[in-house]
Amino acid sequence: MTQIHVTTTVNCDEVEFLADPRETLLDCLRDKLGMTGAKEGCGTGDCGACSVTVDGRLVCSCLVLGVEAQGKTIETVEGIADGEKLHPLQRKFIQHAALQCGICTPGILVAAKALLAQNPDPTEEEVRYWLAGNLCRCTGYDKIIRAVLDAAVEMREGV
Amino acid sequence: MVKVHLWSGLRRFTDGADVVEVRARTVGEMMKALVEAHPGLEPVIKAGVSVSVDGKLIARGLHEPVTDDSEVFLLRQLKGG
Amino acid sequence: MPLDTKTTGFKYIGTRPDRPDGIDKVTGKARYGADAYAPGMLHGVMVRSPHAHAKIKNIDASKALALKGVKAVVTRADFPTGLEGEDWNIQENCMAGEVALYDGHAVAAVAATSLLLAREAAKLIEVDYEVLPHVTDVDEAMKPGAPAIRAGAADYSVPEGLHPNVMRYIEYGHGDLEAGFAAADLVMENTYKTEATHQGYIEPHACLAQLGADGKGEMWVCTQGHWFVRRMSAAALGIDVANLRVTPSEIGGGFGGKTTVFIEPVALALSRKAGKPVKMVMTRSEVLRATGPTSSSSIDVKMGMKKDGTMTAAKVTMRMQGGAFPMAPIDSALDCAFSCYNIPAVHHEGYDVLANRPKQAAYRAPGSPMAAFATESLVDEMCRALKLDPLKTRLQNASREGTKASFGPTFPRIGLVETLEAAIAHPHYAAPLGPNQGRGVASGYWMNWGGETSVSAALGEDGSVTVSVGTPDIGGSRASMALMAAEALGIPYENVRVNIADTGSLGVNEPTHGSRATYASGLATIEAVKQISTKLCQRAADKWGIPVEAVIWEDGSAKPSGPNAGEFPPLTIGELAAEMGGTGGPISGHFEATPSGHGGSFGTHIVDVEVDPETGYTSVLRYTVVQDAGKAIHPAYVEGQFQGGAAQGIGWALNEEYIYGADGRLQNTVFLDYRIPVASDLPMIDTVIVEVPNPGHPYGVRGVGETGITPPLPAVANAVHAAAGVRLRSLPMSPPRILAAIKAKG
Repeated sequence: MTQIHVTTTVNCDEVEFLADPRETLLDCLRDKLGMTGAKEGCGTGDCGACSVTVDGRLVCSCLVLGVEAQGKTIETVEGIADGEKLHPLQRKFIQHAALQCGICTPGILVAAKALLAQNPDPTEEEVRYWLAGNLCRCTGYDKIIRAVLDAAVEMREGV
Repeated sequence: MVKVHLWSGLRRFTDGADVVEVRARTVGEMMKALVEAHPGLEPVIKAGVSVSVDGKLIARGLHEPVTDDSEVFLLRQLKGG
Repeated sequence: MPLDTKTTGFKYIGTRPDRPDGIDKVTGKARYGADAYAPGMLHGVMVRSPHAHAKIKNIDASKALALKGVKAVVTRADFPTGLEGEDWNIQENCMAGEVALYDGHAVAAVAATSLLLAREAAKLIEVDYEVLPHVTDVDEAMKPGAPAIRAGAADYSVPEGLHPNVMRYIEYGHGDLEAGFAAADLVMENTYKTEATHQGYIEPHACLAQLGADGKGEMWVCTQGHWFVRRMSAAALGIDVANLRVTPSEIGGGFGGKTTVFIEPVALALSRKAGKPVKMVMTRSEVLRATGPTSSSSIDVKMGMKKDGTMTAAKVTMRMQGGAFPMAPIDSALDCAFSCYNIPAVHHEGYDVLANRPKQAAYRAPGSPMAAFATESLVDEMCRALKLDPLKTRLQNASREGTKASFGPTFPRIGLVETLEAAIAHPHYAAPLGPNQGRGVASGYWMNWGGETSVSAALGEDGSVTVSVGTPDIGGSRASMALMAAEALGIPYENVRVNIADTGSLGVNEPTHGSRATYASGLATIEAVKQISTKLCQRAADKWGIPVEAVIWEDGSAKPSGPNAGEFPPLTIGELAAEMGGTGGPISGHFEATPSGHGGSFGTHIVDVEVDPETGYTSVLRYTVVQDAGKAIHPAYVEGQFQGGAAQGIGWALNEEYIYGADGRLQNTVFLDYRIPVASDLPMIDTVIVEVPNPGHPYGVRGVGETGITPPLPAVANAVHAAAGVRLRSLPMSPPRILAAIKAKG
């Protein structure tokens, strides 16, 4: 099948790739751009391990076609830290031991960052429902929820 | 003599006994003596068993010592997740 | 092995430092199974049986091979014959021979230059099946007339007259059962059933394999145990283990399901045939259809109790299907069934049965949750009938040091009593409940494991230390190893680097399974780094010109042992390391053993639920895990194990199940339908770490990974009973089932 040329912005950098129209954005990020931070846990939009934002909107990149990225702005887990400086969410995840195996962590960080962008002071229940599309099999979510709430406090207080 | 406790499913290989007494100083000697006394136990031991000596579970340590006072159980081999 | 067990006065043990692999894992840099690429790499895709049981009459791959870019197709004909026992089982499960044994069983595989092309080619491989009668339920599979899946394969243990699907039979016990039941004031007997569940790791199986025509190969794979992968793959392909080097990726969850192989030998076979590296990554549906779910079970339990709560006798009969292959975990299920209690007479009977389902794989405390569901539910029912407090009754009968365990030996020092006392004292146990709410409790046990272990430690020129272990880090074990090495050497945590070594770098290591990593690799790490300090003491002694016996190691330095040894300022590890090239050469330590002092871990859980009488939906309101860790090396990751085990157990209790249609095909093959707990399903999970040191570990560690999944099944069932007045003896307790029970009660 003929490949289509796609130009898009990923984590502030303009990138180009050729995509088969059947390939997902997740496939393109991983296999064409070498950005393997987003993970495929299900391929059906149920697990959230492939979460990225497209023009600021949280999506499962396994449910978006690569060709749909044309002209869009995409943010992935690789863009959360500012160089060597970790984002508060990343620091709090490490501090709270909010990851065990770590496979769901990239997606959860992207999703949590999107939550705090629109709701800087979420309740525990709001965090739980926002992250209900991100499966974690290791932690029972307790430490993840605590890390997100703690990061929110720090970001609000601008420490 | 070391008293080896077997699980009761093994009684048909030991003429009905669920405790077998053998002369042995190590787990390895004990296994060998068990098979010599009751050849029917050979496939069981070959298939893999664990040995509990005084509450300590020994998987494959043939040199581990046993004494006449040891509490010895032959147990089914276990596997964790 | 005599151990100088130290249980107090720690500097690093018990602290909560950042894990060494933390930054890699929060920035997306950590490389998991599917994150590897090789030059010239092909993509492999499996062809799977759509039938539960079918004879494979012919496989025609000509149309697939005619596609440009398709490089190889393999079937069972590409694998050696003549394997026996578990080697044959694994080979047969990875690639069906004459018969497809379950829906999803691999029958062929294809490698092509792109994944899309490989998928297209897989659809063009034509398989001619003759569909055979099938059976998926364990009780049905034992009935006369059920299709025999593998006649004549039963082992020595199966008495005559049983259905040929019964592969193994186990029977054991002690005490006078009849007298025990006669002495009881109340005897109750019930049947319980649990459905198969999947480990549900978020990372599907993935590998990148390369195998040459000379039998030399390499593999990158997500696994709990790469030496297992090496041995099993080599056996399935008939190559030498030493010629296959296996490197473990970071692993995205395993829970027992990644202690065996599925795609790995097939990827190697494709690579050998195509002459190029082959990457294989499973889809979620493949994971659910064809990798290890746990067994489903059907259990009869009978128990006798006096009015005051004293247990007098207990009997369990357990039937488990482990798919179309033997080795359902009846052994450990039976051993755990009554392990919490000191009962004078116990009897166990177990049947390991074949059914047309995928080969079961270990899942967190294999067998124990099912057994606990049956026995701990019955204990609760009896406490209700006799109006007894369920925790105090458990305490009254609890196994402790010196108790003759239900599975035979005498218990060494164990911590069940301490977990029960802590649970009774916990404010959760006395908190008020609202309408339609109920509280359940249950205890559980896992015996843990030691296993083959080989660890090396090497001293760097600046005094920092590299530790190489063979147990993949699934939940923070690098941090635990570094803490133990730091403690043993008296050097900062940050000065220890822990690597997970490949199969070419260490002796054989069993997987991270059986809750053994922190116990066994930890013990070996401590012993390996102690060899470094011993050697450093020798270097200091040489320098000072005094005998090595007069030198001690303390706080990261060699020191004279006392005033008689001489007046020398301490030599730090950094000073000694900087000079090591000139004082005798490189310094390292190595330790290998199959340590056997792993102590079992007991846990007690308390759960509050609310059952909606209109819908039968159960909300979990509050949850508390109390468990014995022996010694918590990194308490945050110990809590994480407790919480994760509880969450998986809650999923098993309320929601998760394998649903088979009348055609024997799995109906819920995506996460939308096989629904594991999500964040909004659960409350915070409170934890209490009890520490009853294990004398078999230098710092008192007991494995903690598995016990936590055992109590939730019965604890939730007991809470549902308390909330809704109905007793569910079959899992999962999904809303329709609870609603039906409420309606039946009237």
